[in-house]
Amino acid sequence: MISFILSRISQSFLVMLGVAVISFSLFTYVGDPITNLVGIQSSDEHRERLRESLGLNDPVLVQFARFVGRAVQLEFGISYQQKRKVSSIIAERLPATLELSFLSAMIALWIGIPAGIFTALYRDSWLSHMVLSLSLIGVSLPTFLIGILLIFVFSVHLRWLPSFGRGEIVDLGFWTTGFLTASGLKALILPSITLALFQMTLIMRMVRSEMLEVLRADFIKFAHARGLPDRVVHFSYALMNTLIPVITITGLQLGSIIAFAIITETVFQWPGVGLMFIQAISEVDIPVMSTYLLLIASFFVIINLVVDLLYYFVDPRLRVGRRT
Amino acid sequence: MCELPVMAAPATIQSVARTAWNSDLAYSFRRSKVTVVAGVVTLVYLLAALFAPWVAPHDPYDLASVSILDSFLPPAWLEGGDARFLLGTDNVGRDVLSTIIHGSRISLGVGFASVFMAATMGVTLGLISGFVGGRVDAVIMRIAEVQLSFPDILIALLIDGIIRSMLGPGAHGNIAFFVVILAISLAYWVQFARTVRATTMVEKGKDYVNAARVAGKSPTYIMFRHLLPNVMGPVLVIATISLALAVVTEATLSFLGVGVPPTQPSLGTLIRVGNDFLFSGEWWITIFPGVALAIMGLSVNLLGDWLRDALNPKLR
Repeated sequence: MISFILSRISQSFLVMLGVAVISFSLFTYVGDPITNLVGIQSSDEHRERLRESLGLNDPVLVQFARFVGRAVQLEFGISYQQKRKVSSIIAERLPATLELSFLSAMIALWIGIPAGIFTALYRDSWLSHMVLSLSLIGVSLPTFLIGILLIFVFSVHLRWLPSFGRGEIVDLGFWTTGFLTASGLKALILPSITLALFQMTLIMRMVRSEMLEVLRADFIKFAHARGLPDRVVHFSYALMNTLIPVITITGLQLGSIIAFAIITETVFQWPGVGLMFIQAISEVDIPVMSTYLLLIASFFVIINLVVDLLYYFVDPRLRVGRRT
Repeated sequence: MCELPVMAAPATIQSVARTAWNSDLAYSFRRSKVTVVAGVVTLVYLLAALFAPWVAPHDPYDLASVSILDSFLPPAWLEGGDARFLLGTDNVGRDVLSTIIHGSRISLGVGFASVFMAATMGVTLGLISGFVGGRVDAVIMRIAEVQLSFPDILIALLIDGIIRSMLGPGAHGNIAFFVVILAISLAYWVQFARTVRATTMVEKGKDYVNAARVAGKSPTYIMFRHLLPNVMGPVLVIATISLALAVVTEATLSFLGVGVPPTQPSLGTLIRVGNDFLFSGEWWITIFPGVALAIMGLSVNLLGDWLRDALNPKLR
């Protein structure tokens, strides 16, 4: 057991190391960091002094070690475009992304799971068929298109909801929130629905197929045969057995919400880290790009690690298989 | 693949057509109305894309025929519309229908190229992984596993971003096309590799492979001449599903402004450009390409779903 956990953790470290190498090579080999810092006009002597003081003449391995050491202390250098510390730009923008992702995850779970249960229990009702056909459209439509269509209907046509930005936000010192003002909440509606829709359809389809599988199992038949009411069979027998795999896979899905936020944030000009990344690509702002790369990779690695370990504790079969 | 010696009579076009029409695959195709519609729609897109210069009513990129005086015309059936421009015109007076047809051509072209590259890469690595096994297999599959834990579109976006910044801001034109295709194919090779590996592991124990090995054929020969034809079925299914994904991914990258060059707009680029006019009331510039993309994605997806079920004997 300990060996499994250790090997899983060391794998996560390897992935992070790989991402760190990519991130570092971007930093070091793309463009000239000195030119980006001081401009083209400065003298050669000045450049050489700066180069020496920044340690750019050291061996590559030393530079890499220093890069990792700084990254661990959340020190990511200075943005070429904004001439500010990348860490403070991220700290400023992360709340926007996290709030949006959190709300979307809630929407996806609270609508996706009940819808999945409903379509599994009442497979032949017209409502289930309609929900399933709609979900197919939801899966096929690209996220940005859904966002544009929502803007078109609710912002341009009906003029109910704002189409860009976060509205009025309240600054709590370390965190800015849109949950406390009416305009902030209104601004959250369209982006969070856009972001939630894809995950919601995935969760719904997964709950449905998982539930259908469980409903066919013998213990459900026996429960029915014992004369237990449908409600008990469905919700305490079937649902509980459905939710174990669903929870783990849903955990993974929630990680991808933060990734898909890149697209939603661009459509709604939402001032989060995703929009920052897209702007950094088009402006070739390497420090911001490589920091985002590290950030998103560590999000995913941590989520995957937690989900894998959870799975290991939840599913005893995995333990037996590993030992032999 | 195999000749039929029983069919002594020369195969006429009719008899071939009849055999094809009566096959299992065609039967399951005919039985599902949704699939037939999806198939016809996909065919229309393919033909329109293939023959875009002849099908499109106008040449939107011929500067001589585009007039700025025609800009912002609404669709023909609305007030102020012009019968020459069925779906209206954009900000510089190009016919929206024609830009959609040319855009579909680029979207599908990039999609096909990416899927082809992803399939080549994935099939080769999958064959090697399954046939050679051992440490090679472990390394390839570990990479695939890690990549699978990230969403495809994120992988494509990150690779696209990294290559772009390596090339510097000046890299445009055809290089941009290649970057997009490379990024998308690097995001989608995993499915091919995993499936081909699984099938190869099953196939490689069979007698025909042993026979070839005893006959002294090289591993490379066995992999590509004997195993490859037998793993093509699942590859075709994944290719169809990946095509829908690749088209959507390309559109997303182009919408984000990091896709194909704006001089040769795909559907995603058209939507991005048109998005600026959504608020000033010229909705058709962005909504029509959006609808075109949605229908394209949906029909290819449906076709892929059908193909997966039809070729899978385990599913009913």
